[in-house]
Amino acid sequence: MKDMDAEGYTTEDGRKIGGVLMEMRNITLRFGGVVAIEDISFDIREGEIRAIIGPNGAGKSSMLNVISGFYNPQEGEVWYKGAKRPHMKPYQVAQQGIARTFQNIALFEGMTVLDNVMTGRIRQMSAGMFAQALWKGRAEAEETENRAAVEKVIDFLEIQHIRKTPVGRLPYGLKKRVELARALAAEPSILLLDEPMAGMNVEEKEDMSRFILDVNDEFGTTIALIEHDMGVVMDLSDRVVVMDYGKKIGDGSPDEVRKNQAVIDAYLGVAHD
Amino acid sequence: MPDQLIFAMEVFLNGLMAGVLYALVALGFVLIFKASGIFNFAQGVLALFAALTLVGIMDGQVPFSHLINAVFGTDIHHFGWHVPALAAILLTMVVMVALAWAVNHFIFRHLVGQEPIILFMATIGLAYFLEGFGDIMWGADIKKLDVGLPQGINTVIDEVTYGIFGYGFFIDNLDLWATFVAALLVIALVIFAQYSKHGRAMRAVADDHQAALSVGVSLNFIWVMVWSLAGFVALVAGIMWGTKSGVQFSLSLIALKALPVLMLGGFTSIPGAIVGGLIIGVGEKLFEFAIGPMVGGATENWFAYVLALLFLVFRPQGLFGEKIIERV
Repeated sequence: MKDMDAEGYTTEDGRKIGGVLMEMRNITLRFGGVVAIEDISFDIREGEIRAIIGPNGAGKSSMLNVISGFYNPQEGEVWYKGAKRPHMKPYQVAQQGIARTFQNIALFEGMTVLDNVMTGRIRQMSAGMFAQALWKGRAEAEETENRAAVEKVIDFLEIQHIRKTPVGRLPYGLKKRVELARALAAEPSILLLDEPMAGMNVEEKEDMSRFILDVNDEFGTTIALIEHDMGVVMDLSDRVVVMDYGKKIGDGSPDEVRKNQAVIDAYLGVAHD
Repeated sequence: MPDQLIFAMEVFLNGLMAGVLYALVALGFVLIFKASGIFNFAQGVLALFAALTLVGIMDGQVPFSHLINAVFGTDIHHFGWHVPALAAILLTMVVMVALAWAVNHFIFRHLVGQEPIILFMATIGLAYFLEGFGDIMWGADIKKLDVGLPQGINTVIDEVTYGIFGYGFFIDNLDLWATFVAALLVIALVIFAQYSKHGRAMRAVADDHQAALSVGVSLNFIWVMVWSLAGFVALVAGIMWGTKSGVQFSLSLIALKALPVLMLGGFTSIPGAIVGGLIIGVGEKLFEFAIGPMVGGATENWFAYVLALLFLVFRPQGLFGEKIIERV
């Protein structure tokens, strides 16, 4: 990693990465007697694409759930925008500007694509129930503004042709894209992607990779993603955390991680003695 | 025009009016079911409780007076004031919101992610609890409810129809009001659910809890809101039915009339609840008029259920319900 310091660093392709946006400090998460995450620390910097990888059962999804507030770790601290984050519910984390997608897709199947993406704007809607009921002034302006933002995202992810289609009828690859659109509509500070390429064919994977890079490039969105497909991750991300059996076994640029002996062992499998 | 046809027309109109009242109760069910997947058995009792509270507040009754008198040996019953209808309705709504909060806080918050049948059982428990609680709070005697809605024959309709047919239709003013209020209520609810932020959040919660959380929707807030809405619809239904037939225990049994309405209209459709209510209302009145005399009458007691049964056989999702497709 070149010139890594408090202000940031420059990536191999010449992008400027900013200071620390989120920091995990000594996180430990247990389910009963099972330790899912053991004493893990790492940071996510402004504007970077940060990957968390590892074999199945390494604790990647648990880590993402800690970041998004679905799990609360027994030990350790989460720091966000320079302040320690208190115990929070998932919806509060979302309101702070951390949007996410799910490995198994969690969309509102009964609603249209447009309505789904609109729900992403709930965070931005501040007009109260009565103002909205009366449909006056601010509520109206807000609705127009939200619609514009949503249309922009829909345009960007190339899903205009299915705007009015109920999500339940869409194929898997498009659902993944709609879920990404909903998360983007929230204009998040950090976008969390849980296995964005899982279950996709090669073409869909390429599309998704392109969208992830474009999102980062166009909106400057900080992205943290989980993936177990090594190849995809190495091409996409600026820095990679590698987990295995709940522990951190590597952290650095894709090149550094690729050369790391512990990582190679974890992926190729060696006898544990 | 033959007399029979004119009578049938009058029966038809009265059926429509009765149907509106059924639809009002069914609406409360649909709201909760759509937003939380809970079939709320307590909706009828909710209407009874709302009506009891309204009467109690209007008459300045002391809540729990029997209990207080029994424990402390006092003899208090009334505060000695009367609250105007509109203020009393607003106060009752405050009570219903508080009740919604309590219901979520003490019961349903703890049952997140449970099987629907468990949630259903919880609402049965809630129904029995509320029934007893309402009794202790306001007493078990039959009460008269009068919020100033006009009652009795509508003279305009009577005269107009007399002019046309030579026979005046008997349409109750209260029924006309109920129709008007129900229409307003439905329009407001649909606009709320489709276009407002909270309505959108409500639909989101109904669809997928996890996804709703991830876009920043508080489940507890939405549930309290939904139960408050159900309480509001219950209050409206309670006012209409209470004015018509007095506030008494049997009011809670109108919930049973809502069941066939839901089977006809589908459990997830607001328009379905309306149309279902109208069909049942008109159907049972016409059936009683045409077939009743041949079988000794009282067909209104069972007609709705038989109709619902037929629907279950031929169209289990109801007229407007979401089609049930099982993927294998």
